[in-house]
Order: sequence, then C-alpha cells, then structure tokens
Amino acid sequence: MSRTIIPFGPQHPVLPEPLHLKLVVEDETIVEAVPALGYVHRGLETLASIRDYNQMVYIVERVCGICSCIHAMCYCQGLETMMNVEVPSRAKYLRVIWSELHRIHSHLLWLGLFADGFGFESLFMQFWKIRERVMDINEATAGNRVVISVNVVGGVRRDLDKTQQRWILDELDKLEKELRQLMKTMLDDYTVKKRTVGVGVLTAQQALQLGAVGPTLRGSGVAQDARQLGYAAFDELDFEPVTSPEGDSWARSKVRFMETLQSMDIVRQAISRLPDTELAAKVPGKPTGEVVCRVEQPRGELLYYLKGNGSKNMERVRIRTPTFANIPPLLAMLPGAQLADVPIAALTIDPCISCTER
Amino acid sequence: MYMLSNVLRNIMGKYSTRLYPFETRPAYEGFRGKLVNNIHDCIFCKSCQIKCPSQCITVDPKEGKWDCDPFACVYCSVCVDACPTHCLSMENQHRKPAPSKFVVSLQGTPRKSKKADKSAEKPAEAAAPEA
Repeated sequence: MSRTIIPFGPQHPVLPEPLHLKLVVEDETIVEAVPALGYVHRGLETLASIRDYNQMVYIVERVCGICSCIHAMCYCQGLETMMNVEVPSRAKYLRVIWSELHRIHSHLLWLGLFADGFGFESLFMQFWKIRERVMDINEATAGNRVVISVNVVGGVRRDLDKTQQRWILDELDKLEKELRQLMKTMLDDYTVKKRTVGVGVLTAQQALQLGAVGPTLRGSGVAQDARQLGYAAFDELDFEPVTSPEGDSWARSKVRFMETLQSMDIVRQAISRLPDTELAAKVPGKPTGEVVCRVEQPRGELLYYLKGNGSKNMERVRIRTPTFANIPPLLAMLPGAQLADVPIAALTIDPCISCTER
Repeated sequence: MYMLSNVLRNIMGKYSTRLYPFETRPAYEGFRGKLVNNIHDCIFCKSCQIKCPSQCITVDPKEGKWDCDPFACVYCSVCVDACPTHCLSMENQHRKPAPSKFVVSLQGTPRKSKKADKSAEKPAEAAAPEA
C-alpha cells in the first residue's frame, strides 16, 4: 500500500498547543510519526544573563502558566541547595500546599480538555467548573489565579492564616464530593471507554526505556514519582504513587483523576501538620557552583540545571520539562493507531509545547 | 446517570456563570491588582526599579518622576516588598482593559539635600579608578 504523509498541527482543532507531527499513514493506520519542534521558542535562558538571580524566579514561573508555582519552587530549591540555605519548615509545607493546588487545577484542566478531545462537552464544563474554585483558592491565598509568585529564594512570601486554612479544607471537601460524582462518567462510561481503552498503548518496559515521566510512566504501571525524593515537605507526608497497569489512554486518564484526589489529600495533610516557624530564611552571598534539581510537575518530572559564577546573574538555567521527555513515548505509542485516535493519544501525554521550547 | 440528571439540572437551573461586565465578583482581600504609588511619600530611591523583574518602573530622582508601564507590569508585588517608605501598594482591583497603551507618570518633589549631591559625585568616583 502506498504511504502518505499527513501533517498534524501546529494548529489543530483539538490541541491548543502547537504540537507538530508528520504522520506517515498507510490507508488510515499510522506507520510512523515524526515530530517537529521549535515553533514557540522564546529564549528564556538568555534572560538569565540580564536579570539577576532573584528576578529569575518570576521569569522561570512564566515558562509554563499551568505549573508556574512548581517551576519557581524547583528553581528556588536548586539555588537553596547551591547556597546552603536552610528553608524554614513552614515555608516547605506552604510550598507543598500551593504546588499541590497547582497539580489539582492542572489535572482538572487536562481532564476537561481530554473530555473535550473525545467530544464530551458537558463533562468538560463540569471539570472546569470545579477547577474555577481551585483558582479562587489560589487567588484568595496567593494573590493571583495562575502565576501566583509566592516562592522566593529562601522561603515563601505569603502565609496562610487559620481562617484561610479552614476555608481551603471546607472547599476541598466540597470539590472532592463533586469530583467523585464525575468519576463514573470519566472512567466507566461506555462511550468514553470506546474512545480511550486500548488507544496509544505503551508497555512498562517501553516507558522505562524511552524515559517517560509522570502520569505517562505511571499509567504503564511503573510506580515512580519525583515527589518520592522527599523535597520540600514531601518526606513527612504520606502518599503512594498512583499507578495503573494497562498503559493505554484510559489508564493515563485514570492516573490523573486519582492523582487529583490524592493531591487534595496531601493538601489536607500538609495543612494539618503546618508548623509554626518563620516564612523565609536570609540568603547571604551570590550563587556559586552548579546544581541539578528535580521536582514532580503535574505532567511529570521537571529538571533544572543551574550554574552560578559568583555574580548576580546565573551562568546557566537549563530547564528540561516533562513534555520533552514524553515525546519519544508518544512516538512509540502512535504506530498502529488509527488517524482519528491520534488527538486522543497525543493529549494523554498532556503536551505543553511552549514550556518544552521555553 | 449522573451526567443526564446533571445536564437536565443545568438546562432548567440558574446560570453557572456571571453576566460579567454587569455583575462582578467582589475581589479577594489579598489580590494583587493595580499598582499605586503614594508619590508624596516616595523618596525616589530606585529600589523598585532595580528589583522589578519586568523592568516596568523608571525612576528619575533628579526630576522627581516615577513612571510605570502597567502593560509591562507582571503584578508580582516585588516592588511593594522592596519599598523602604511603603509608599507603593497594590489595590485589590485589576486594571481596566484599555484601547491604547499608556504609561502612568507621577510627578513628586525631588529630594534635594545629600542624595542629589551624592548621585552627582558618584559618577566622578567611578570614573577615577578606570582612568
């Protein structure tokens, strides 16, 4: 049979992200997928040479809108390791709370987009309705909906008082109840399962070999989560990586759904154990040396390589985002799939192209 | 079955959204909205200009001018934390959309005494070792 190349993206009705794949098809079956990246390169790393290391916190936050807090947290943790700063424990717990709130709203955003991807518009709106209340929590406690700017090198800038803690817990209880009502529709509905089960299968061995991260990896049954490293206050909190052994699109959506519920539990734990210390430690001197820092983003493991030369500007701020690691697994899961299933499979790695290209 | 009853409830029930421009939600107390400067207390120390990550603030100590480009501002409130006289603050209302860009320009009284003299001396000192 003759082969045809069909371009997928960078503008596609299903994905808001400029992901571009050249799909080699035989009839309607994918034989090969070739990615093309670089449409939204912004040159963020160059800014490190003209902005000082404290200002860079607000610049790395803008690598990705959805996981802004976690980017800043990773950068700050890297610098704190480099400069031997002991972060007060209250700051560590507050970082956990805000980063988990970010994970909740990111996963809800994805679940909505995924529902929209297979054409279930009303489910999409239900998820986003819930998400809006998480954004309200962010706005009320941190001062902004998305880019919350709470992290500084040495700690955090805002505190949660008792009333706010109570309010967050009350809201989370309501949100969890509403989310659990959607569980059956998302994971056990006949039409939904028709679109997701068996689409884009990635075995555990393939996932490990190709270096998949985050829900893509855990959806193949590998229990690996960068939060197990115990950064911030995660070493003192109880959680187990959520996994699902099937390795298809359904498994990845299940992992994300369960992780949303798990994150709510982590926020509750963190609030109940919030210690009473100051918020930020003093940071003496300028950064010297190099450090690699890893954290778990909603999309997977995020890696920062930082290099300081004793001046106020960083020499290198190299960022590897989870989508970059998840592109080879995406290419492995596409061959054999139908052309109509490509948007679903591509969505399940939760591509964030503008963070990948920075 | 949950979705079916939910969809019916949504058709019959009230709107889930607000009729936005006419009905707005009251702002949260700690929300970082518009940046305001109480220019009478400003000492034109340039702390905000130096700390600002988007470099949207320009301070001219000689003329006593404080300019801010609200369209470049990223609303991080670093300048508010850095301000030694607490003349900068953030309102909890966001800036209204505008048809054209503008710069907020405030004119205060420049500090004369030492600061002006020092800033005049400094370039001379800096130039001396180079020469």
